[in-house]
Amino acid sequence: MQFSLSSSPHNRVRRDTSQVMRMVCYACIPGILAQTWFFGWGTIIQISLAIMTAIVTEATILELRKKDVSRGIRDYSAILTALLLGICLPPLAPWWLIVIGTFFSIAIVKQLYGGLGFNMFNPAMVGYVVLLISFPISMSAWLPVQSMAQTPYDFIDAFTVITTGYSQSGYSLVQLQLGVDGITQATPLDAVRTGLLSGMTYSETLSSPIFSSGWGWSTGWSAVSIAYLLGGIFLLQQRIINWHMPISMLAGVVVTAGLLNMIAPDQTGSIPFHLFSGAVIFGAFFIVTDPVSGSTTDKGRLIFGALIGFWTVIIRTYGGYPDAVAFAVIIMNIAVPLIDYYTQPRTYGHQS
Amino acid sequence: MIDANNVVQQITKGQLFDFAGGVHPPQQKSLSNTTPINTIAEPERLYIPVKQHIGVQGSIRVCIGQNVSKGEPLTTSGNPFAVPVHASTSGMVVEITEHPSAHPSGLPETTIIIEPDGHAQWQLMPVITDYFSEDKVTLLERICQAGISGLGGAGFPTHIKTNPQKPVECLIINGIECEPYISSDDRIMREHAWQIKQGINILRHIINPKQIIIAVEDNKPEAMDAIKTACIDDTSITIANVPTKYPAGGERQLIQVLTGEEVPHDGLPIDIGCLMYNVGTCYAIADAVLHGKALVQRVVTLTGQALKAPQNVWALLGTPIHHLLTVGDYDPQRQRSQKVIMGGPMMGFTVHNDLVPVVKITNCLLVPDREELPDIQDERPCIRCGLCADACPAGLLPQQLFWHSKAKEYDKAQAYNLDACIECGACAYVCPSEIPLVHYYRKAKSDIKHQAAEKEKSEKARERFETRQARLLADKQAREEKHRLAAEARKKAMEQKGGSDAKDKIAAALARAKAKRAAAQTNKDAEE
Repeated sequence: MQFSLSSSPHNRVRRDTSQVMRMVCYACIPGILAQTWFFGWGTIIQISLAIMTAIVTEATILELRKKDVSRGIRDYSAILTALLLGICLPPLAPWWLIVIGTFFSIAIVKQLYGGLGFNMFNPAMVGYVVLLISFPISMSAWLPVQSMAQTPYDFIDAFTVITTGYSQSGYSLVQLQLGVDGITQATPLDAVRTGLLSGMTYSETLSSPIFSSGWGWSTGWSAVSIAYLLGGIFLLQQRIINWHMPISMLAGVVVTAGLLNMIAPDQTGSIPFHLFSGAVIFGAFFIVTDPVSGSTTDKGRLIFGALIGFWTVIIRTYGGYPDAVAFAVIIMNIAVPLIDYYTQPRTYGHQS
Repeated sequence: MIDANNVVQQITKGQLFDFAGGVHPPQQKSLSNTTPINTIAEPERLYIPVKQHIGVQGSIRVCIGQNVSKGEPLTTSGNPFAVPVHASTSGMVVEITEHPSAHPSGLPETTIIIEPDGHAQWQLMPVITDYFSEDKVTLLERICQAGISGLGGAGFPTHIKTNPQKPVECLIINGIECEPYISSDDRIMREHAWQIKQGINILRHIINPKQIIIAVEDNKPEAMDAIKTACIDDTSITIANVPTKYPAGGERQLIQVLTGEEVPHDGLPIDIGCLMYNVGTCYAIADAVLHGKALVQRVVTLTGQALKAPQNVWALLGTPIHHLLTVGDYDPQRQRSQKVIMGGPMMGFTVHNDLVPVVKITNCLLVPDREELPDIQDERPCIRCGLCADACPAGLLPQQLFWHSKAKEYDKAQAYNLDACIECGACAYVCPSEIPLVHYYRKAKSDIKHQAAEKEKSEKARERFETRQARLLADKQAREEKHRLAAEARKKAMEQKGGSDAKDKIAAALARAKAKRAAAQTNKDAEE
């Protein structure tokens, strides 16, 4: 009797790439729910648009590259990229924004570099930065926490604003951005940045209505961060991600923010402000942990994460944009080959 | 170099070290380890490959039609790296031919086929009961003559290992058996701990180590108890209870766990004072010395969900797989495609057909059913997740090795220490993209070996060519020199014979020639 042959090992952990990607998608759910709760239905619509665009783009390009389309879609990597980008956009940004961003992420950043596993940069972050640089006004049109908004909106409103620019009752996006006090609500990072630029001290900027708590962070924004933290802990517990990158990034933020705040307490944000105001928590668990564009050695992951944390705070403090996780990630993506080369682990039986 | 006394002190305190990486695949040992080792009927034919170890094969000393006894050597050699093979039972040699080998390649190799006569008539070697008064060389000779090579998997000739040129601090007996499914060492420890102990005593006498450690994984409490009982009145033996983690049974990993030291990458365990034997090898040594029996059988685990009667059996070396599948009550219906793995699920290999024989290193036949072990053919792109690096017990970067091996950039693969890969399969086991990593490494290693051999060959050819050119040139120069010297000598001799005399002779000859030419000219003119 002849037998069939295969190569060892004959056993496998039954958790494949698509499962890993799906788990990351699931881990985003608490954060997305929190975002929806505080900022309305827009995020859900953005994510849906992003996923549709991603699937169409990925399928088209795989078809052009003569690859197995359904297999490519079923690895969920494009869907995850779209999901992450959708989360990052202002909830009521016009529909073409997310379409352009997702298309760029999938077609240019991922597929043109050779598809899954070969992209040098984090696709979602490059997509985000392209949009931020090209359409700065649309990209900063964040909404107030809905309980503090002058005109809260519902699902249909969200849909019509995104597609046509106006809600059912004819409010424009700019009007929807107004808080109860009739002032356009910015993000906490924006508020502090604008305040500091206009000569206020950090503690004075915290009197802005967006910081309703006395802790130096804003209720809605920090709640969203904490929801993503829960998702991140789930990923750690499921061993989908390693602790190295998220923890080192958070450490990088804490140390850099702490030092700056010690030197110039009135010109820079506090540690909790930096941690819970923008994309730091989300970035630490969902963005820097992208395996493809990150470092692969344990030591390298620590350096990679820590420097992303460092750059995030530095760019936030001295750069031209209120938030900087995307820029920091892209900067460090470039450094990955170098980091990997110099942080090779010591092989068994070899001298270090 | 390790300090054995220190190591033992630590182990008795319950302190062990850890090795990098490692995985915890499902054990599945209880499938086969609950019943005693079964003695089974002889097969109709035995297929005994003449080489079953690392080294050189002996020359065949039997011919077709010859009757042989059980334990009679079939090959012989004066080469120290040759280990003889023996008739596993009494019978007649019916054929000496090429037969599919128990090797991943399945390439045919010289095999002696014996038809048993059913009497199992032993030809024993003289029993050495009082081995303490025996010369070490005699015992080594016996180990060699009994055909013992490492039964743990590598198949290195035991008599060579047992004759170290350096002092031995620690003699380590490996009862780890970290591969899932396999329980042959487990059962032999449970049932024959006393004989294993006897084998250890013999090794102690030959090697004279400072300390002896028996290491058993903590998933085999019964085997541990049996070993403890066998060693109860021997306080010089230390027993280590090693946490279950694959591949803790790898030689280098186990040394790291017990001593905290690493074997240098270009060295052997003996370089740091360790020597390691598998428990089955100890059993075979005792058999050879105390009972005069050559190595003709071993414990083989028959397991997997496609067998209705998984168990451990004493299999004669050379027993074809189909015989063992019958014993295990193989049900082909339970498999999608017929597949038998020799060895465990992590490092075993699939055999080509059911005539492949059991050899000295065969510890298991694993016959998985269709749900049990996934068929892996859906290789996807590497997403650089690094799970492989986390699992690697050798501290390698498997994905870098993979990139470079796949791209055939072998110099770069070697710069990432491809040689240090022990092919344990932990990286491929955890890979979410189901990349057959080990397969790429094996290919790269064999290509590198091949290239090195080619290079050596062409290097030798070049050397040969250059030597020949140099020789020809030297010959030519020597010849020219000889001619020159001869000419000079002639000249000298001529001058010495009376210088003017010779010159006169030349002058006279020239004058003669001139006169002749002048005469000819005159004649010509006259004719005109």
